[in-house]
Amino acid sequence: MTTGKRIGGSVANFVDERTGAGRALKKNLGKVFPDHWSFMLGEVAMYSFVILLLSGTFLTFFFVPSQEEIIYQGNYAPLSGLSMSQAYASTVDMSFDVRGGMLMRQVHHWSALIFLAAMVVHMMRVFFTGAYRKPREFNWIIGVGLLTLGIVEGFLGYSLPDDLLSGTGIRIAEAIIQAVPLVGTYVAFFLFGGGFPGTIFISRIYTIHVLLVPGIILALITAHVLLVWFQKHTQYPGPGRTEKNVVGFPLLPVYMAKAGGFFFIVFGITTFLGAVASINPIWLYGPYNPSQISAGSQPDWYMGWLDGLVRMAPNWETHAFGHTVSWNILIPGLIVPGIMFTGLALWPFIESWVTGDKREHHLLERPRNAPTRTAVGAMALTFTMVTLINGGNDLLAITFDLSINQIMWFSRIGVFVLPPIAYFVTKRICLGLQHKDRDTVLHGRESGRLVMLPSGEFIEVHEPIDQYARYSLTNHEQPEVVELQLEDAHGVARPGSVKEKIRARLSRGMYGEQVQKPTEKDLLELEDGHH
Amino acid sequence: MKKILRHRRHPIAHFLVLGIALLAIGFGYTLLSPSNAAVATNARSQVVEEGRQIFLKGCSSCHGINAEGASDAPTLLGVGAASVDFQVGTGRMPLANTGVQAMRKKPVYNAEETAALAAYVASLSTGPAIPNAAQLNYERDGNIAEGGELFRTNCAMCHNYAGQGGALTQGKYAPSLMGVEVKTMYEAMLTGPQSMPVFGDRAITPQQKLSMIKFLKGIEAEKGQGGFSLGKVGPVTEGLVAWVLGLGLLIGVSVWLGAKSK
Repeated sequence: MTTGKRIGGSVANFVDERTGAGRALKKNLGKVFPDHWSFMLGEVAMYSFVILLLSGTFLTFFFVPSQEEIIYQGNYAPLSGLSMSQAYASTVDMSFDVRGGMLMRQVHHWSALIFLAAMVVHMMRVFFTGAYRKPREFNWIIGVGLLTLGIVEGFLGYSLPDDLLSGTGIRIAEAIIQAVPLVGTYVAFFLFGGGFPGTIFISRIYTIHVLLVPGIILALITAHVLLVWFQKHTQYPGPGRTEKNVVGFPLLPVYMAKAGGFFFIVFGITTFLGAVASINPIWLYGPYNPSQISAGSQPDWYMGWLDGLVRMAPNWETHAFGHTVSWNILIPGLIVPGIMFTGLALWPFIESWVTGDKREHHLLERPRNAPTRTAVGAMALTFTMVTLINGGNDLLAITFDLSINQIMWFSRIGVFVLPPIAYFVTKRICLGLQHKDRDTVLHGRESGRLVMLPSGEFIEVHEPIDQYARYSLTNHEQPEVVELQLEDAHGVARPGSVKEKIRARLSRGMYGEQVQKPTEKDLLELEDGHH
Repeated sequence: MKKILRHRRHPIAHFLVLGIALLAIGFGYTLLSPSNAAVATNARSQVVEEGRQIFLKGCSSCHGINAEGASDAPTLLGVGAASVDFQVGTGRMPLANTGVQAMRKKPVYNAEETAALAAYVASLSTGPAIPNAAQLNYERDGNIAEGGELFRTNCAMCHNYAGQGGALTQGKYAPSLMGVEVKTMYEAMLTGPQSMPVFGDRAITPQQKLSMIKFLKGIEAEKGQGGFSLGKVGPVTEGLVAWVLGLGLLIGVSVWLGAKSK
């Protein structure tokens, strides 16, 4: 035994005797996780959050969360002598006078954008592979909660420097709060401590931004990961992989090394962006002043879809009993996002109700083998994409010599027309891919080799695929349509309830059209035949 | 007096009064007009005449023979030399086509011809004059911080916080102010071309105009603080970079790490 090993052993023993960690570690360090690049998207989000905590802590050392007006006497000449809040002045000072301050600000902002983007992509992976199915519905809901909190947290951070752009954003947030019928005005007064902009809003959202929301996000991430731990990670189907096992590598050493390394890669790429690309140049925006506004005022991308919805809303208002209901803000600002996020959270339950599938699933599905789910996902993404595009309508107009009004009308119509088109196109593509899989199993892979027969006919030689590949293409389940039961167990006619009728209709829509995967019989018949 | 007034309804009285008034104006003009400026007036009127000729060939088909305006084009009475210098000097006029907005392009007329046109239009009616170099010394007379504040209050809603330009309704737009000559910006504020309002000297003093120009020239000269500016158009390009470059690289690395495991 070398000296190093002996010292290491005695230290480990010392800790183990006092904590009993050895048993827990022994049990857990060998835990096996499946390996796939798409399983690392959630990791990107988690590491980005760690980067946010680290860089954010640095920023709190220099940021002054106060709306008290001061005269700027700092080093940036174009702002010299202007009246501004301490929040703004301290952010400008942080950018120009604190060593590394600009880099840290930029790293913080870039990693916020990447955090949200990674969450969305991770959620898309979970959705399109059906990973949210039983028993993981709660974890899906936690994920929806994390996305929502991430958006709120990002918006609060964007609002803190009290520059012209962020003040404009807060103004719109205030308008959305005021649009809530009956209580909106009071809630806005409560939050802002009076009229807009007031003098206390920055210090309030500062506490929420650095303490409350990050705390909740941290707790939810912990719950999110613990649930993955206890429920095991899902895996892609393949030979040797079943609903009862997990095929992959152990946590130690493979994933410890891999995840540790990956964290530094994420940190590196974020820092690279922070070092080379300017983000949120508040010294150019100027201090917030409610009488000013800049062309092209936009929120960060994760709020862009909301801005796009508000921008395309018609100017509907109702005046009744001395009150105004601002449908133009209420619908795009609250009702539509409410429907979007509720639908997102409830989707696992909606799907399992329609399919009647209450079993546990640990094997993922290929998107093509669940055409309806994939099509619904494409529909939702198309909707969000149209609204996101309209959020930048002014920049699109000036960049591509278009009219802002044309883009708005395109979005108003497109937001209704394009999602259904996306649904149908995606579904057809999925079914087409199923056809191709069926052909590959039955006739083999296209080899690209053309042969001329003695008769002059050209044929392409198809090479048979091996049994593993064949298994991968045929192991998926094909659900049956849940038919409406018009007779009970005793053969007595019964009318189906409205709920059952809806369900039967949805089920027929979902599974009524399928490409039957090839059976063993199909294959044998072919082999006995002309092949 | 009464005697004279008694004849005020006499048929000749009207003509008599008119005749006296005309004679008075004629004599008055000869007495008061500066006769020693005859040479200069001659030279100026020659330039004005040149301008009139260019106007008749190039502009009158839309703006009218006497610059009185028509259905497609506004009157030029009272727009002043500054307006002509702006519109013709930046190539916006004559129009290439009747789009929503005249665009900046290579000028059709050279500096001399533009000056003649300006002189002709200025001779029709009073209006803002072309500022001279002494009036445009923004480095000396401008205050950059005040200029920024004024720019954000008066201009940023169309031209963007850093003068990068922005979209207006129906395909119109506020152009970028980067690389634009000092005189051109000054004239634009004076005359309010197209969708732009007029910022007369009583609303925004000449000194304040120069402050705004100093602010814009400062942004133009400012080296990228914090790296590539990404167009100075706000969070849209930032979001694009975060997705395409940031997440693109990260997904690339994920795929690479995933491929290594096989």
